[in-house]
Amino acid sequence: MKTKAMTEQLELFGCIQCGKCTGGCPVARKTVLNIRSMIYHMLVEPELEVNAHEELWDCTCCFTCVERCPKDVKPAELIIGLRGQLVESGRIPETIGTALMGIFRQGNPNGMAREDRAAWVNGAQVESAQEGCEVLYHVGCIPAYDLRVQPVASALVRTLTAAGLDFGTLGTEESCCGNEVRRMGEVGLFEMLVEENGELIRSVGASRLVTTSPHCLNTFKNEYGLDDIEVLHYTQLVAELIEQGKLDFGNTGVWGEGVTKKVTYHDPCFLGKQNHIFDEPRAILQAIPGVELVEMDRNRERSLCCEGGGGRMWAEGTNLEERLAFQRVHEAAETGAEILAVACPFCLLTLEDAVKVQGLDEADRNGRTLQVMDIMELVNLALGEE
Amino acid sequence: MESQPRIGVYICHCGVNIAATVDVEQVAEFAATLPGVVVSRDYLYMCSDPGQGLIQQDIEEQGLNRVVVASCSPRMHEPTFRGAAQQVGLNPYRLEMANIREQCSWVHADRERATEKAKELVASVVAKAALLEPLEEREVGVTPGAVVVGGGIAGMVAALDLADAGFPVYLVEKSDYLGGRVAELNRTFPTLESVAELLGPLVERVQSHSNITVLLNSQVTGVEGYVGNFEVQISDTQSSVSNVQSGAIIIATGYDVFDPHRKPELGYGQYPNVITSLEMEQRLAEGDLTLNGHAPKSVAFIQCVGSRDAQVGNEYCSRVCCMYTAKQSHQVRELLPEADVTVFYIDVRTFGKGAEEFYDEARAKGVRYRKGNISEIHRCKRSDRGNGSDRVVLVGEDTLLGQPIDFEADLVVLAVGMESRADVTDLSTLLKLPRSTDGFFLEIHPKLRPVDTAVDGVFLAGCCQGPKDIPDTVAQAKAAAASALIPLLRGVVPVISETAVVDSEMCAGCGMCVEVCPYGAPALDSLWNVSRINAVLCKGCGACAVTCPSKAIRLQHFTSEQILAQVDALVGD
Repeated sequence: MKTKAMTEQLELFGCIQCGKCTGGCPVARKTVLNIRSMIYHMLVEPELEVNAHEELWDCTCCFTCVERCPKDVKPAELIIGLRGQLVESGRIPETIGTALMGIFRQGNPNGMAREDRAAWVNGAQVESAQEGCEVLYHVGCIPAYDLRVQPVASALVRTLTAAGLDFGTLGTEESCCGNEVRRMGEVGLFEMLVEENGELIRSVGASRLVTTSPHCLNTFKNEYGLDDIEVLHYTQLVAELIEQGKLDFGNTGVWGEGVTKKVTYHDPCFLGKQNHIFDEPRAILQAIPGVELVEMDRNRERSLCCEGGGGRMWAEGTNLEERLAFQRVHEAAETGAEILAVACPFCLLTLEDAVKVQGLDEADRNGRTLQVMDIMELVNLALGEE
Repeated sequence: MESQPRIGVYICHCGVNIAATVDVEQVAEFAATLPGVVVSRDYLYMCSDPGQGLIQQDIEEQGLNRVVVASCSPRMHEPTFRGAAQQVGLNPYRLEMANIREQCSWVHADRERATEKAKELVASVVAKAALLEPLEEREVGVTPGAVVVGGGIAGMVAALDLADAGFPVYLVEKSDYLGGRVAELNRTFPTLESVAELLGPLVERVQSHSNITVLLNSQVTGVEGYVGNFEVQISDTQSSVSNVQSGAIIIATGYDVFDPHRKPELGYGQYPNVITSLEMEQRLAEGDLTLNGHAPKSVAFIQCVGSRDAQVGNEYCSRVCCMYTAKQSHQVRELLPEADVTVFYIDVRTFGKGAEEFYDEARAKGVRYRKGNISEIHRCKRSDRGNGSDRVVLVGEDTLLGQPIDFEADLVVLAVGMESRADVTDLSTLLKLPRSTDGFFLEIHPKLRPVDTAVDGVFLAGCCQGPKDIPDTVAQAKAAAASALIPLLRGVVPVISETAVVDSEMCAGCGMCVEVCPYGAPALDSLWNVSRINAVLCKGCGACAVTCPSKAIRLQHFTSEQILAQVDALVGD
């Protein structure tokens, strides 16, 4: 295994071993993963024995380390690079292999049939982007196939239609964006996706590309080189529509006249930390009648990762028992919120699981429950009965 | 024109620097064949005393009236050779250099081709040399007085030295008090000396000095003129404007404190018990560290906040935080002997006199140093521990243990660094003062001319040039004063001779030279409607000469004839 070249390629020499990366790493507190120490090894030892570091698969690619590094070293990129070497030698967790194979064969990590990709639409009117449109809506694999997340996509379609936007989707031709593929170290497959998806997206001629998932947003915006196309997360687009007065949420609270509920918001890592979109999701929540936005102590730049990124949706990591999502839902409950709002399909799934496992969906002493909802589901409520 | 050119050419070996790559003997032989050349030699080191002696001897014995030295960059030794020529009566502007080191031997490997290039460079300079004209060395008188901008410790020390030397000084201070940032401090490191006792007598002396005029609530709003004769416009908050004549200007405008809101992960502004080191100075001055009436049981210091940090664009070390943290932790140990005091650091830098000893003392007193900087701060879950204070958790890694840590503290001090002032561009634009990439004013040479700037007669003192502690600031202030005293005491300043001159017969008075000049040297004579160039302001850049549509302006020592002769020698057959 050649790790030496990586030291130069990633400019690890900039590292001053300050410890802010491992210090801020949410996973380092529950497994032996220590990226600071790994960088040190790369700097002073000629080679790193990658196979001995099973914990490389623990990283969620939340990029807190990258955000904190005072020397512009990108610690998480080292993990991605080392994973790449494991991928090359085939030494990867079986579930990761299955996800990658699913993407290669069917264009989605769940290995679901490509022809079922548009089934989520369920009779609704969604234009085909191939006919030409201003806004291309990239639905994403999880919202397209996962029953829990499909309503998020439907709610966005309803909202964009209500605002009179000219938009469309790629239907069954849409494929995985590859954001997690790159982070799992499968560079070859990622490059193939960038080429194929990039060509298809450009051929539509849309001026804007909107995504359900912050993960898709991240790679389209930062890694695809779609220079002429403005890549947006749905929270940015919906906040803009609210600002322009194109959405009518009425004056009645979404839970009925005079009923307010405390809602707290969890910043997804790929939306907040990595793309600095903090205000738009909050602006949407504050525009919804009946919502009282309350903040967790750890918000915005200090949001706690839900452990769903970087391929972790398909690999448990080395510490199955302690989950960051468990900790996070308790933090949400402590605010007194009844609803934990999210803006990411992965966060929606991991946090909802955690709420159930931790029993927070059952009434506490004060008769209060915690429910995880995507912001789009709240917007859907605000738009009233269809 | 006077007698025929008699040119001497001197090819330097520069040890092996040139001779290893360029066949210097061959170049010398070649030079001897060029028109006007009467003597051509090569020598091991032309800049050595015997080397200079060779040139002087030839000037005297062979009646040379032009000299070409082919050696290093003129930036290195032109003054040396011009001085040597002048000693034996040759006008120094009759000497020209060909750079065959930096521009030839150092950058080429092929000996044959490098030698050919050296010959061409020499031929080109010889062609120019034949047309060189003697120029006059000139001086102008100096206004005996100075303006010091900034009433912090740097400005006050500089003003006092100038005033003690007998020159009137205007000390211009933006705020309504003297003392600057130092006035916000409580004690100094490494002696724990009281700042009030340090600053009080100094302010007193400045205010009572008969040569110093203190202008509070005032700013410099305009600067005209040049070294020796500046006209400085000073405006106060009542918008009253005064103009002051000044021979030199010292800039001592200080720094801004890093605003830790720009590191949101540290929770400053969110948690009242996360404070900056300057706020800590205030609390230490009051001698009260209690929070909601309770003494903190755990006090933590976080180093390098806003320094050594590319994320906020400050890549430099602020040089004082390690030591002031050692000092503050010292003071906390004294005030709260029961409390735990912990410093989180990346590297501890203690380079000043007595600094390492002071750091040793802090540790001996029980201050705990933990390697690993803090990544973020949260509210402590068990926030009310019966002492009423909102504890926070410092999240980081103890890098020596290799373990992530959650460290609880009642009071957190962020060791904020220094930044160039937010309003630095105002002064930088007014004075055309360059800044380095870190935003601070740029000295002209980091080692040999640390207080001089690109603008003659303008000097730097203190943190406006870069972060420094009080001893270094004072040393630099005294250096700036000493440098400013050179023109003030001499009473005259030399001005360059390679200036642009206008041929009034040719000038059409279009004013394009006035527009293009970055130094404000040309002005239209309203009576004759022709351009006149102030030779003291002119820096010899040549912008006006190439712009002039009537070709009425010529830049002395770089005339069109001289440059075209050089070009012909290079590209002609």
